[in-house]
Amino acid sequence: MSLAPETYDELREIAGRYPQARSGLLPMLHLVQSVEGRVTPEGIEACASVLGLTAAEVSGVATFYTMYKRHPVGTHHVGVCTNTLCAVMGGDEIFACLREKLEVGNDETTADGKITLEHIECNAACDYAPVVMVNWEFFDNQTPESASQLVDDLREGREVVASRGAKITSWREAERVLAGFEDGLVDEGSAAGPASVVGLELARERGWAAPGDTRGSVEVPQQMPEAVEEADTSRAESETIAEEASDD
Amino acid sequence: MTDTLTPVLTANWADDRAWTLSAYAEQGGYDALDVALGMSPEEVQTTVKDSGLRGRGGAGFPTGVKWGFLPPPDPENPKPRYLVVNADESEPGTCKDIPLMMASPHTLVEGVIISSYAIRAERAFIYVRGEVLHVIRRLRAAVREAYEAGHLGTDIHGSGYDLELVVHAGAGAYICGEETALLDSLEGRRGQPRLRPPFPAVAGLYASPTVINNAESIASVPAIVKNGADWFAGMGTEKSAGFGIFSLSGHVKKPGQYEAPLGITLRELIDLAGGVREGHELKFWTPGGSSTPLFTDEHLDVPLDFEGVQAAGSMLGTRALQIFDDSVCVVRAVLRWTEFYKHESCGKCTPCREGTWWLVQVLERLEKGDGEPGDLDLLLDQCDNILGRSFCALGDGATSPITSSIKYFRDEYLAHLEHGGCPFDARKSTAWADPVVEPVETTPEEAVAHD
Ligand SMILES: Cc1cc2nc3c(=O)[nH]c(=O)nc-3n(C[C@H](O)[C@H](O)[C@H](O)COP(=O)(O)O)c2cc1C
Ligand code: SF4
Ligand code: FES
Repeated sequence: MSLAPETYDELREIAGRYPQARSGLLPMLHLVQSVEGRVTPEGIEACASVLGLTAAEVSGVATFYTMYKRHPVGTHHVGVCTNTLCAVMGGDEIFACLREKLEVGNDETTADGKITLEHIECNAACDYAPVVMVNWEFFDNQTPESASQLVDDLREGREVVASRGAKITSWREAERVLAGFEDGLVDEGSAAGPASVVGLELARERGWAAPGDTRGSVEVPQQMPEAVEEADTSRAESETIAEEASDD
Repeated sequence: MTDTLTPVLTANWADDRAWTLSAYAEQGGYDALDVALGMSPEEVQTTVKDSGLRGRGGAGFPTGVKWGFLPPPDPENPKPRYLVVNADESEPGTCKDIPLMMASPHTLVEGVIISSYAIRAERAFIYVRGEVLHVIRRLRAAVREAYEAGHLGTDIHGSGYDLELVVHAGAGAYICGEETALLDSLEGRRGQPRLRPPFPAVAGLYASPTVINNAESIASVPAIVKNGADWFAGMGTEKSAGFGIFSLSGHVKKPGQYEAPLGITLRELIDLAGGVREGHELKFWTPGGSSTPLFTDEHLDVPLDFEGVQAAGSMLGTRALQIFDDSVCVVRAVLRWTEFYKHESCGKCTPCREGTWWLVQVLERLEKGDGEPGDLDLLLDQCDNILGRSFCALGDGATSPITSSIKYFRDEYLAHLEHGGCPFDARKSTAWADPVVEPVETTPEEAVAHD
């Protein structure tokens, strides 16, 4: 089945954001996934016809990127980070637990079509390890128990809210946002999770601030000869280390 | 002297609705833009150059110098110029740009406008990895708000300067963080690195002059313009000026983001983070992500600036400090990173495509205890054939964890052979293994209570 005319309009709209239309291809493929539930041959044809490319050219791009799926994705995509830091902190155990619980392998979908499970690479949230992503929203500091509860809630259709993000919609709706269409959920959730502000809070507690920062508890004068001295000391230290390093 | 921590980029992250234009404007947001527009583009460039700001995306190239590489505008043959922000943040351990864009996307947007003005670009792009939905929402909303307020679009603040900014979501490929692969990806192609020269400054996006900078680099620009080059240069060390976000993760009591002058040491940072996990000791750590050679407890006092880390045999990289205690098997850690490089190798060149595959084969059998002592030399030999022979730095980076871990932990590799497998109990490394570790709760309610 070919795509609806409205989808074609949106594909053209995406291409129109760029000085050269082909730049729109990645977001266009995200839109295809949101409409079709995966990258379908029809979706590839549609992108190709909008951009004046061959289907093979579009297909070559689609297969390069891991977020594009050839097989149907479940209502929700659950990604467990198993890159080293998260793996060590428990990501491996969480992934094993979910695989067993959901009776699926990597990048497979549960029989009820609700959940696709995948192990993912570092998602830039290592300070919240182990990390699980649902439809690319952050679920921080997970345990096998919390992750298990999370997938139960998703399967039962209960409301689930990200640790740092919005309430969970669906993988398809998420893909639409990635394609560049806002969904009105931007103001949900916090600005930052606790780990993101540990340094800031410590600085406030101790009255530390950048020079001249009126937001810090302590006023520091703009000109500080000591800063030069400090830089010199650090440099001397690094030179010592450089010497030591070259000694052996 | 400068304080131990210097929140500048992170200063507003705990503010109520920090991501909105109104919250950002309330704490002086977009004032720096007026300062910049009151200067000539060349003066802004000079300020950034004089500040000593060096790229925060890993390599540490001086930002103002990079901007100066753009060929002067040619009135005969006017080619558009582009600013592309690298917000792909996928180097394992790196987790600073994402929280920055989540909490304060306007800091980056203001940085983009000032930087684009400085290089006379009329179009800019933020290339953000696709796997961060809420961050993308925040970026898009910030750009929309900035247009509505007249910070973007035509005749910005009545200056006659025009700028269009597009937020572009990637689709999952670590290699797209490499700047030339990023450009190919942004052109709607497979993300594979380009041959250099020509450099992006001459022929970048659509073969036009292009500046590519890391998100944190660009986000640092408003503060520099507002407070002056000397203010920035007064922090940090002589050749590594200013502040940077240091990301601590793993086996410390309080992992998270610590913004400090460059040159701080891991000893100081771990101390701020409440120490290593109770009952354990530091074993190994990455100074700048998984592509930078590992350090051990010998390196606690290395100044974390570009020169200091390099002199000690590694790289400052992205200040991604992943901390592993004595419960962690270094072979397991290295194997997992190597599997990552194999998976992410773009396949363009043979040393990396084939080499990373072989590295995984050998490491796997070593980890299982099936290998032989000669495998260590084999690994080093394979690394030798990849390092410096690969088309881009991904291949080089893949060798870092291997060579450094063999250097510091040769015996541990051999112990796998003697033991007939891994002598460690992986369960002891997990966040829940030790009740003394304080789990950081992150329900939205609590996060709000933080404000
Ligand atoms: C494999 C690979 C991945 C990279 N990933 C990123 C990244 O995610 N973000 C980034 O800013 N730089 C990344 N870089 C470095 C960029 O190529 C480039 O040096 C940087 O964006 C320049 O910005 P800067 O001068 O502001 O640091 C990567 C490099 C390589 C080789
Ligand atoms: S080094 Fe690896 S990632 Fe880089 S071009 Fe070669 S194959 Fe691609
Ligand atoms: S290793 Fe899991 S988020 Fe970085």
